Amino acid sequence: MLINHPLLGLRDAQEFVYKGDASLLQRPQYDSDNALDAFTNYAYLRSNPAGLHQELWYHEQGDRSWLVVTRNTLTHEIVNVELASEVDA
Amino acid sequence: MSRRVSPGRIGKKPVNFSFDGRSFQGYAGDTLASALLANDQMLLGRSFKYHRPRGLITLGSEEPNALVTIGSGARQTPNTRATTQELYEGLSASSQNRYPSLKFDLLSVNDRLSRFLTAGFYYKTFMWPRSFWESVYEPLIRRAAGLGKLSEVEDADQYDKGFLHCDCLVIGGGIAGLEAALEAAHQGKAVILCDENPRLGGMELFDSAPIDSVEGLIKELQSLSNVRLMSRTTVQGAFDHGVYSALTQNTDHLAQPHKAAPRQTLWRIYSSEAVLASGAHERMIAFDNNDRPGVMLSSALRGYLNYFGVLAGDTCAVFGCHDDARKTVVDLHAAGAKVIWIDTRSAHEPVDGVQCFTDARVVDTRGRHRLKGIEIEQGGERFWLPCDALGVAGGWNPRVQLTCHQGGRPRWSNDVGGFISGTDLPPGMRVVGAAAGEYLRGNWSPVWDVSKRGSAFVDPQNDVTVKDIKLAHQEGFISVEHLKRYTTLGMATDQGKNANTLGIGVLSQHTGNAIESVGTTLFRPPYTPVAIGALAGRARGKAFKPTRLTPSHEFATRQGASFVTVGNWLRAAYFPQAGETHWRESVDREALAVRNAVGVCDVTTLGKIDVQGRDAAQFLNLVYANGFLKLPVGKTRYGLMLREDGIVFDDGTAARLSENHFVVTTTTANAVPVYRHMEFVHQCLAPNLDVHLISTTESWAQFAVAGPRSRELLQRIVDLEISNEAFGFMACAETRLLDGTPARLFRISFSGELAYELAVPARFGNSLMQTLLEVGADLGATPYGTEALGVLRIEKGHAAGNELDGRTTAVNLGLGQMVAQTKDSIGRVLANRDLLANSTLRLVGFRSDQQILTGSWLIPPGRSSEQDNTLGWVSSACYSPNLGCYIAIGFISDADQYLGAQLRAVSLLDKVDVGVSVVSPHFIDPEGERLRV
Amino acid sequence: MDYSIFRVVKEALRNHKGWGPAWRNPQPKPSYDILIVGGGGHGLATAFYLASRYGLRNIGVLEKGWLGGGNVGRNTTIVRSNYMLPGNEPFYELSMKLWEGLEQELNYNAMVSQRGVLNLCHSDAQRDAFRRRGNAMLLQGADAELLNADGVRELYPYLNFDDARFPILGGLLQRRGGTVRHDAVAWGYARAADRLGVDLIQNCEVLDFRIENGVVSGVETSRGFIGATKVGVAVAGSSSRLMSKVGIDLPIESHVLQAFVSEGLKPLIPGVITFGAGHFYISQSDKGGLVFGGDIDGYNSYASRGNLPVVEDVCEGAMGLMPMLGRARLLRSWGGIMDMSMDGSPFIDRTAIPGLFFNGGWCYGGFKATPASGLCFAHLLATGSSHEVAAQMRLDRFVRGAMIDEKGQGAQPNLH
Repeated sequence: MLINHPLLGLRDAQEFVYKGDASLLQRPQYDSDNALDAFTNYAYLRSNPAGLHQELWYHEQGDRSWLVVTRNTLTHEIVNVELASEVDA
Repeated sequence: MSRRVSPGRIGKKPVNFSFDGRSFQGYAGDTLASALLANDQMLLGRSFKYHRPRGLITLGSEEPNALVTIGSGARQTPNTRATTQELYEGLSASSQNRYPSLKFDLLSVNDRLSRFLTAGFYYKTFMWPRSFWESVYEPLIRRAAGLGKLSEVEDADQYDKGFLHCDCLVIGGGIAGLEAALEAAHQGKAVILCDENPRLGGMELFDSAPIDSVEGLIKELQSLSNVRLMSRTTVQGAFDHGVYSALTQNTDHLAQPHKAAPRQTLWRIYSSEAVLASGAHERMIAFDNNDRPGVMLSSALRGYLNYFGVLAGDTCAVFGCHDDARKTVVDLHAAGAKVIWIDTRSAHEPVDGVQCFTDARVVDTRGRHRLKGIEIEQGGERFWLPCDALGVAGGWNPRVQLTCHQGGRPRWSNDVGGFISGTDLPPGMRVVGAAAGEYLRGNWSPVWDVSKRGSAFVDPQNDVTVKDIKLAHQEGFISVEHLKRYTTLGMATDQGKNANTLGIGVLSQHTGNAIESVGTTLFRPPYTPVAIGALAGRARGKAFKPTRLTPSHEFATRQGASFVTVGNWLRAAYFPQAGETHWRESVDREALAVRNAVGVCDVTTLGKIDVQGRDAAQFLNLVYANGFLKLPVGKTRYGLMLREDGIVFDDGTAARLSENHFVVTTTTANAVPVYRHMEFVHQCLAPNLDVHLISTTESWAQFAVAGPRSRELLQRIVDLEISNEAFGFMACAETRLLDGTPARLFRISFSGELAYELAVPARFGNSLMQTLLEVGADLGATPYGTEALGVLRIEKGHAAGNELDGRTTAVNLGLGQMVAQTKDSIGRVLANRDLLANSTLRLVGFRSDQQILTGSWLIPPGRSSEQDNTLGWVSSACYSPNLGCYIAIGFISDADQYLGAQLRAVSLLDKVDVGVSVVSPHFIDPEGERLRV
Repeated sequence: MDYSIFRVVKEALRNHKGWGPAWRNPQPKPSYDILIVGGGGHGLATAFYLASRYGLRNIGVLEKGWLGGGNVGRNTTIVRSNYMLPGNEPFYELSMKLWEGLEQELNYNAMVSQRGVLNLCHSDAQRDAFRRRGNAMLLQGADAELLNADGVRELYPYLNFDDARFPILGGLLQRRGGTVRHDAVAWGYARAADRLGVDLIQNCEVLDFRIENGVVSGVETSRGFIGATKVGVAVAGSSSRLMSKVGIDLPIESHVLQAFVSEGLKPLIPGVITFGAGHFYISQSDKGGLVFGGDIDGYNSYASRGNLPVVEDVCEGAMGLMPMLGRARLLRSWGGIMDMSMDGSPFIDRTAIPGLFFNGGWCYGGFKATPASGLCFAHLLATGSSHEVAAQMRLDRFVRGAMIDEKGQGAQPNLH
């Protein structure tokens, strides 16, 4: 696979480390009333669609950017790539 | 006798080779197959199951039968298709899967038993007695199975990998591929054309017509700078986003390759556009005994004649169901063979002087090691005619393999009489030429099974017959996938190229269902089998992974250190001195030196992360479970890092060098994951914090200088007042050595002694190590390695990798109170989950006068050795030279209750059962007084 | 019709005319007591044990394609019970014991072949972990041996001992581990279940569940509605997709795992070997093909195919461990979709919807688990309570902090 890095252009996916569903950007408040449930869901229940999936990739053998990649899990087609730090969580 | 009737297209340069020990001569440009055929060697191998005699069927890489072993020893290559092996001087080949010889093979008895050995027979028997499977039946089956042999010697050859980029990748160098390449080149694209054969030109080369136009195209392409022509290069896989793998065979055709030449090169080709011009290959018709040596595809019979100048038989029969058969008939006739033409059609253009049977079919053959005759059925009558070669034209299978590699499903085309690519091609790929069914369309119907008894081979290598297909269907294995798996149809080394379409056709004929509804044939990478060595490239032996050396590696080597692999690092384990005969002597001495004088250890491998920015403290406060906001400048703090799930991730230190500048250390094993995690926390969870991270693990050489005399030693070389008052416990500073070398000094201790870690730019590391030991010689300065480091930390009760196994919590480690409950931090919330927070498992110490084995389980005396009676396990153990006994640390449940108790440390694996007393894990200086002196 | 050598001979002598279908091809009934969704190994085993051990009869298995077409047909055939944690080991050991009597129980030769599974270690820390695990195996009634380098050399003299980047220090051997002919497992269970009256319905895709008054009452399928008192889902690889129909989110990610087979070779590797310093394991099939694999590709995927970097990584492992494999050729590759769970361990549990039960999250360990998974799922479906060896395989374990994390990687499915 190739990932179109917003700063570096097309890079082989082999340079990246995969983390998973981009819902990991939405970390709950530690001091909310239902923090335990919210964190359990945050850590363990992730979106796992057959189709478009927003997911986190880390350019470990590159510029060390965390990217949010929108990729189709049925075809592996990538339709969008953004810097995670610029995505509104 | 020689069957060579002309130089064909290869010329007449003689080349000597051997097959099964017999010497032969062929011509340069021959394949092993054509050379053997020219020498009238029709019998080349034995089939997989029935060990039936087999000759070659095809011209190319789809050959299922003519598999041989090339060479011997470290270059012994089994299962090589004789049809693709180029001949070279001295080539030595041998037949395989036969005993004792190719002509007389004992296991050919299987052929006699074939009525018992039908598809799936083994699922129905060999069940009794139960113990006989592993001891009797299976060993027999395994010995009989398999094809060629590996030598069990390390492969002597090297393999390379390479990366190529182009705008248009053309796969196949036949006329369609050459034209596509030229068109793309004229559009200004960077073009790569790959062809698996040594010579470009594709099927045109095997026809009798002149090949001027092909040669013209090749010449023009060769003249263009934006075109790269790669012969002997097979595109093996079409992967996501325009990534293709291709394999070049560099030396397999050479008698004496250059020593340094890689045998093969695996290319990763990046191309947004690909043109599949891979052509088509012919297929067999199922008639009884269609597998005898001498029965081949019509195109093969023709190709051996036209390209290699080899006429396979004196009397050649051609059996076909479409126009292509005629081309073979014409060429054979012109070459002077006696030709018999059997065609299933009722009318077609005749060839003068050739006996032709229309509305006819070949239904059976005879001849054990070589075809002797064929039985023809015409108008309800059957009769035998003698012949010694038969070419079968059953139709063409477009080579659609690569179109399937991303899930594409080929569809049946009645026009083409074969499966062509579906619409779901890999993005950027288009299919041209015969691969797309061009040139193949015509008004004819495929003929599948014309056998009388079903003893017709559909998958020749795996010996799957029409009978097997019928039986599988009868037993309910109806889907094509079931059929494949139950009969092994299409699972041979030709990857189903010969068997799949024919099998589907046979099934369609017998069920009366249209081919479209029977199923399709799918292909996965690789296109042809690929040497495992080529896929590995240079990553083998010592080069399997990079080796990371510590800055003082050269020093340690000179000292005769024994090294240990830690991840990719090579670290000094201990430094044996003259007279020491056992590693324990060295380790005990080193550990004692630290406790009694001063030791120096290279700890560069610990991860180092530079954290800078206005919000650096706030960032670390989020990353670590304990607080960091109030850490004063010039101080270091132990930091406990949790994963978000509340389990301990890593531990280390963070030193505040200035208001906005911290240096974080991690364990060796977690240097990379911790850095990744910290970037995640920063970029993904707290992007608004003003903080920047960089890994400096390799930039700084760092040494632990530990022991009661460490201050004395360091004061001699650092340009900094380091008295206890001026530079107390956990102090840190950026400083210089007396010689001006920039340095960082941390007063931290892993050993439990007065200790420091001193860091200098990595390039000064080796000399600093030497300097420390020279300057401290009178103080007893001693280099120590990872073994003594381990002893010291166990004596002190510090957790390390064995304790931080990804399941332990801060509570388990006895560090529960470190997880601050007044602030947010990664893992803090989930660490409070019921079973984690209330776990009674704790890190404790064990003492014994006998050796305690790491990985033992703790069981109370008098209880039997089973899981329910275990209290916990030993995570790290050693001999303590300071305490003069064996000690260990580990985890037990209800630890408070067992403190002071006697337990057994049991290793059933080693049949060791040792009495231990449960103690505090802090064996040495539990109050930490030595750290603060 | 029982299978036996006598029967094979008898049929051969009359041209195999007497072999009937291995299983019927029934029309679905309007309703069943228990419906199993998924005609793979686990679903078929569940149906078989429901009928054979729990005496239930009115059982249907719904398969969207053909029986055994999922992961039971595309794995590397390894069976072992070399787990450490109490939540896992008794379960896998039960599975091993069921494997040991499987063929006689099913009257089907699945070629259960106990030629040993050897995990190699290359560092002291790894050996420590193996000793801890091996002892846990012995304490829980399985078999295990800890070998030193010489012991490994005796079994496999051609491994890379002399020029290795990561020298082999020893290994953890489970002699009772081995391989089983994977397709035959599905077919054997299918045939045995069918003979006990279970309806195996192929080409019947479950499109949705019907829930009435909060309770499951059947399934909507491509062949119409089929009623059921209880529905058990065993569709690893498609778990998230199917369970999302009723709004159930699972602690599972779907990942692709590739596997590879070489051309046929004469016997070379008797048992199963796993490399401890790279992503590589290998065995040799009775047909002679080397069957090998490594890590998952590592990204969420429902496409049954992987990419080149993993192929290369696995072959690097192969050459790192066994440099004699250089000239053996990789023949075929394939990819399957794994239910990668958040702690690397599976689920056999009820769901929040009464009557709806779930079996999944097998990561890449599902094949070896087939018999125990079937038995424990059958137990749960028949009795309403968890089988004792599967008692920890609960969906709510993350809320409680009762993870079963053999690898210690936490909530990162692609690292399990």
